[in-house]
This record gives sequence, structure tokens and C-alpha cells, in this order.
Amino acid sequence: MRSRWSYVYFAFYLLLGIVLLFLNNDLSKAVITLMNVIIVLVPLIGTIFGVMYYYNSKEFTELLLAQPLKRSSIFLGQYLGVALSLSMSLILGLGIPFVFYGLFESSAIWDFSLLLITGTILTLIFTALAFNIALSNENKIKGFGYAILLWLFLAVIYDGLFLMTLILFEDYPLDKVSLIGTMLNPIDLSRTLILLKLDISALLGYTGAVFKQFFGTSFGLLVSFVMLTIWVVMPVLRIVFKSKKKDF
Amino acid sequence: MVTIENLHKKFGKNQVLSGVDLEISEGGIFAVLGPNGSGKTTLIKSVLGMVIPDKGNITVLNENIKKNSEYRHKIDYLPQIANFPSNLRVKELVKMIKDLRKPTNEDERLIELFKLEPFLDKKLGNLSGGTKQKVNLVLTFMFDSPLIILDEPTTGLDPISLIRLKDLIKAEKAKGKTILITSHIMSFVEEISDEIVFILEGKIYFKGTIQKLKTKTNQPDFEHAIASILTDNHA
Repeated sequence: MRSRWSYVYFAFYLLLGIVLLFLNNDLSKAVITLMNVIIVLVPLIGTIFGVMYYYNSKEFTELLLAQPLKRSSIFLGQYLGVALSLSMSLILGLGIPFVFYGLFESSAIWDFSLLLITGTILTLIFTALAFNIALSNENKIKGFGYAILLWLFLAVIYDGLFLMTLILFEDYPLDKVSLIGTMLNPIDLSRTLILLKLDISALLGYTGAVFKQFFGTSFGLLVSFVMLTIWVVMPVLRIVFKSKKKDF
Repeated sequence: MVTIENLHKKFGKNQVLSGVDLEISEGGIFAVLGPNGSGKTTLIKSVLGMVIPDKGNITVLNENIKKNSEYRHKIDYLPQIANFPSNLRVKELVKMIKDLRKPTNEDERLIELFKLEPFLDKKLGNLSGGTKQKVNLVLTFMFDSPLIILDEPTTGLDPISLIRLKDLIKAEKAKGKTILITSHIMSFVEEISDEIVFILEGKIYFKGTIQKLKTKTNQPDFEHAIASILTDNHA
């Protein structure tokens, strides 16, 4: 993708990394602040870029469809083009300032790599979801609307609903429910993963202890990554499936 | 060359093609005609595999096109509206399409023919409609495929380019290729095509030479023959 926007995105992360390091003067603290930004921003950017790219390159897609290429390779190529260039912007933009600040000698390196890994996975997930929405909606405005709604739901509304259920049913044991609830939303899952890795789970109280018991173990970590992988694979499969049946 | 059997296609509630049977033999220029929305483009896109038919069979050069992309090596297609990624340069686009298909040197001759040299380093977003159409023509004709499909090739072309296009099409025909054209410019169709295929309400209404059509409709000239079909059918 020869897009100016991926450079802008890269520059943004570069600047964000530098400013945060400058203000916090401490690697681990900067990582925590970054997490808050990444968890919300990465899905949003992935969604918007995915939808925008699909609609903008529609005519070009038609040109490619008339060439001897498989449909799945056209669409997977476009998807990977967007998702990987966004991921590169994220990794390089944040990585460069942190490396210069002395990341490799610090203990925060694992926390930081986990942050980048989840950021990359979130990009993959949300770009795939955005492509799905764009493939199913001919109307640009509708597609954009649904994509933003999806992001809003997973990033904000889901948490609200989740909290409400927890309050409503507070008389019952909720450890399992809240664990599953967290698992089902990739944004929540990433947030929990990073928070627990950062060892500030004490802030989360009793639930934190339950979570720590689960996510803190290597089994929990494994299950979480499997869930995140499923979140990537499912929408990608639907891209392949849907694109095979679509008329252009 | 191309065989279409019992082709059905519906877009939502709109039945576009309802049982098209068509046999295009090898060699010659076939014009696909019909009123707006009669399904010409849908028919062509079905042959290209861009539209997935609800029912029916299509074979191109004895290959069934279902779940197949290799047969498109044998087709050159000119899309109706030339819209390319606006941040690519003409040169880059030509190179890219060559990478996708196969190496060729024909593009240099075609670029010279359509006088596109001054535009090679320009971005596609900054080109005029006619110039884009010329780029589109270069991309289509630079591969030596046995089947050529042209959807409204004359759009936006100036008179001199139009003459060059006609010469180009005739030269391809002389090589024994099969060429499918859709157009609304009747004089162009009359001058260039050997046979016409007339689509009406999703079916093949007529297939044959222009002379045959004139006799069938009792009209002295081609344009009126087409018009009489349309008025007789209240299209």
C-alpha cells in the first residue's frame, strides 16, 4: 500500500512514544500509559483504514478480478497489505523511541513486547472485521457506520453492559462469567492480558485475584492467545468465503 | 470459443438474465447490443467470472469457468469505466499488470500509437477521462490473447484515437482472434462487427449478421432496424 496515511500513522506513534517517555521519564510507566492509548486507538484505526481502503480501491479490485488471479489471493493480499503496513507503523513508531531510551537494558522489555504483540493482533482483528463489513455493504456510508458502531460496541459499550450484568447479579458467584465475558471481547482480553503482565492486578481487587489465577498462568496466557487467534482467523475465513460469492 | 448455457442471474429482486443461451464461434467480431439495463455488462462479467451466475454453465475455450481463474490468461478485458488507483503512475500500472500476467513488449508500440509518452510519469488521478481510456486500451491490447472483450471501448476517445482503435481491432481480427464488443454507438458497431447479438429483457432476442437483421425487421438501415426492435417491444 503506497499510502501517505500509513506514514502519518507511523509519525504519530513515533511522536507519542517520544512524548510519553519524556513526560514519564520511566519505561514501565510509559508502557502503562501507552496501553490505554493502544487498546482504544489501534482497533479504531484498523477499522477505519480497513473500510476506507476497501471502498477506495474498489475499481482497482475490479481491474484485478479480470486478471488471471484467484479471488482469495486478491482479497487476502489487500487485507494483509493494510493490516501489515498498519502493524509496521505501530511497531516501528513505538519501537524506535523506546529502543533509543534503553529498552534492551530495562526490565520492561517483556511488557513492552507483549504490548506490541497485542497491538499487532488487534490490528489484524479489526482490519479483518472492517473488510468483512465493507464486503457485505455496497453502500459506503452504511459500511462506515457499521464499522464505527462495531468499534464503539467492543471498545466502550461492551464494557458498560458487562459492568451492568456484574452489578445486577452481584449476589451470585461471577468469576466464571466475568472470565468468559472478558474472553469474548478482543479488546477486553488484550487489556486484561497487559494489565496482569504489568503486575498491577492488585488494583483490580478480588476479581483481579481470580483473573490473576487464570491469566497469570501459562495456561491462561495460552488460552488467551488462542482466543485472539480465533478472532483473527474467523473474520479472515469469512473474507475468503464471502469474496468467492460476491458479484462485481 | 465461448459457450453459454441457460444462464440466470438475479440482483436482489431484479431478474437481469433469464436463460441466456449463446454460442460464440472462433474468429470474428461480435457486438453485444441491447437497451440500457438489458444485461450486456452482466453477461460479459459472467464470462469473466466477476459475476457469479445463479444458474447455468459457461465454458471458455472448452474450460468450465466455475472455480477457475487460469482461463483468464486467454482473455483481454477492457472494463467500461476506467478507474485506476489515483496515486499510481501510468508506467507503474503498466509494469504491475505485466508482472501479474506475462512479460510483453507490445505496450511500447501501443503507447506510441495512442501518443501516451508524455503521460507515462503522470499519476493516474491527474489524467483526463479520454487519456485514462487510452491507458485502459493499452492495458487490454498489450497481451496477445485469443479472446478480447471490450465494454464500451469508444467512451471519451477523440476522433483520431477512435480511428486508431478501429484499426487496432481490425488488425486483431485479422490475426484470427475472437472479439466481443458492447457499444451504443451504432455507426461504430455497423462498421466493425461481423455479427450482432441482441439482448432484450434478459434473453437473446436476435443473433446473426446485420444484413439478416435488416431483412428481419424490414428496415433499410441498421440504426432503424435496432430502433424498430425496441419500439416493437416497448422497451
